[in-house]
Amino acid sequence: MSLLEVEDLRVRFSRKGGPTTTAVDGVSFSVDAGEVVGLVGESGCGKSVTSLAVMGLLPRRGTTVTGSVRFDGTDLLTLSPGQLARRRGSDLAMVFQDPMTSLNPVLTLGRQLTEVLRTHTGMNRSAAKKEAVELLGRVGIPDPRRRAGEYPHQLSGGMRQRVLIAIALACTPRLIIADEPTTALDVTIQAQVLDLLTALVRESGTAMVLITHDLGVVAGTCDRVNVLYAGRVVEQAGKRELFAEPRHRYTTGLLNAVPRVDAPEGTALQPVPGSVRDLLPWAQGCAFSPRCGVADEGCRSGEIALSGSEHGAGHRARCVHPAEVGV
Amino acid sequence: MSAVDVLGTPAPAEATGEAGAGPWLSAWRRLRRNPSGIVGAVIVLVFVLVAIAAPLLAPYRPATSEWFGEVTPTTVPGPSDEHLLGLDSFGSDLLTQLIYGARSSLVIGVVSTAIGLAAGAVLGILAGGIGGKVDTIVMRVVDVLLSIPALLLAVSVAALLGRGSFSIMLAISAAQVPIFARLLRASLLAQRGQDYVVALRSLGLRQRRIVVGHMLPNSLGPVLVQATLTLATAVIEVAALSFLGLGDPNPAVAEWGRMLVTAQDRLDQAPHLALYPGIAIAITALGFTLLGEALREALDPRSSR
Repeated sequence: MSLLEVEDLRVRFSRKGGPTTTAVDGVSFSVDAGEVVGLVGESGCGKSVTSLAVMGLLPRRGTTVTGSVRFDGTDLLTLSPGQLARRRGSDLAMVFQDPMTSLNPVLTLGRQLTEVLRTHTGMNRSAAKKEAVELLGRVGIPDPRRRAGEYPHQLSGGMRQRVLIAIALACTPRLIIADEPTTALDVTIQAQVLDLLTALVRESGTAMVLITHDLGVVAGTCDRVNVLYAGRVVEQAGKRELFAEPRHRYTTGLLNAVPRVDAPEGTALQPVPGSVRDLLPWAQGCAFSPRCGVADEGCRSGEIALSGSEHGAGHRARCVHPAEVGV
Repeated sequence: MSAVDVLGTPAPAEATGEAGAGPWLSAWRRLRRNPSGIVGAVIVLVFVLVAIAAPLLAPYRPATSEWFGEVTPTTVPGPSDEHLLGLDSFGSDLLTQLIYGARSSLVIGVVSTAIGLAAGAVLGILAGGIGGKVDTIVMRVVDVLLSIPALLLAVSVAALLGRGSFSIMLAISAAQVPIFARLLRASLLAQRGQDYVVALRSLGLRQRRIVVGHMLPNSLGPVLVQATLTLATAVIEVAALSFLGLGDPNPAVAEWGRMLVTAQDRLDQAPHLALYPGIAIAITALGFTLLGEALREALDPRSSR
């Protein structure tokens, strides 16, 4: 049994008098203990909503979440808000996208760390304070004792993201969801923060769901990858298989759009034409077919299943005309 | 293998501005640089000192009517060596009355603002922190209160409770409650969608803890500004209620508003009797207003960093 098993997760947003929007349309994936799993896709494909649904952080009003999110055997979707709150921070934690706004501006960093520690571990004030300084040191903040007394605006973005990582890891959760943790940072800092995050996760045996739109980030960190398109998983594979033998046409498109050092000079990048539609058109065949180069009539009707290939059950794609291996 | 080893190099140290400066401290620094804020603060400080040290500063004891014999129906003795500002129409020293008047203005102003702030804060936290039906109900009540002009509301409450300084305090605070409630609710609502609130929820903190421990401190700025500005209106409203005859009936308590009322009868022969308490009210209100506006600027997030 995996640590996290998300099955057929659907999230619908509805407003009074307005149309219902499906943001996540039957996503299934699993994460084993200590494993780093990537959720990749472009803006609006449902990555963030999936993570918020797993954490139970979506607004209750106007949101319908169905399916199941089993964490260590317990379906998180069936827990009461209080039970879920006890698990958040201690069993599962999250690192957010924007470090500039994800810390409380009027409290010191130390206070924000000790608060989590005291909430979940019942440490007393001085023990929590000591642990907080320790944690700041572990995420590479120089002079942690002094920094603990400082406020968020006194730190750079990269430093703040380190602090957020420290807060998320404070109670040694078994699963951490990192929602584009490096998107708001400079490229040079991105690499540092990502290395730090993966190192800490590997060191403590914490499993991680890494949400990103950056395939370079996936290549550097993940064990397995789920490619999302329009609210569904279109390809599921180990990292090596995905990069070596991408099968879904969307995945191949994404990979072709990445600049490569070993490409001959003057080679143009191939963008994926078009853009994501607002409504999820999975009802009539493949949602990617309007943007796909090889789509035919067979792609525009019926339900297309996520199916494995003869190369291994772990590599599955939702495609009528999967790319040939070795292409 | 520690994190630092993985990075190869330790994370770079960075230059920070004012070391150890929290948001409140840096707001204080901006406040100190604002000239009109300093003027306001000085006025407020003088007013508070005068109120506290009244027995030491005043040349005589208040409301003695010691020199009542010198006051005739047509004349009130003006400034002299013994009485710097002259006598009032009851034959007490006018300067003494003015100095003791600062006392009642300060006490009533501060107590009523404190009551108004506390009650308004509770309503605001209920509405903005819990939301939903509680919010709707609380805010409809507040809307009703807001639709009544403040002075009219204060007059009705004062009339209902009978004369006396405590009923004046309650009357003035009643008019302030909806303002504070609304302000704090709006402030809290603005916090609710912030990333850090979602981040705190993701850490398993309870709603109450997040509202009281995190959102509230972030929402206090505008409330503090409003409280300072409200002190200015409170001073004016105390005077207004006394002027309308709803104030403390005890003539031994010096009060600027009542001084204005009694000065009315002699406005043609001794206009200074109205002028001095009028100036005192105006300057005090101005002081609180200047300080409040300066606070607003100092706490404005756009002016920081």
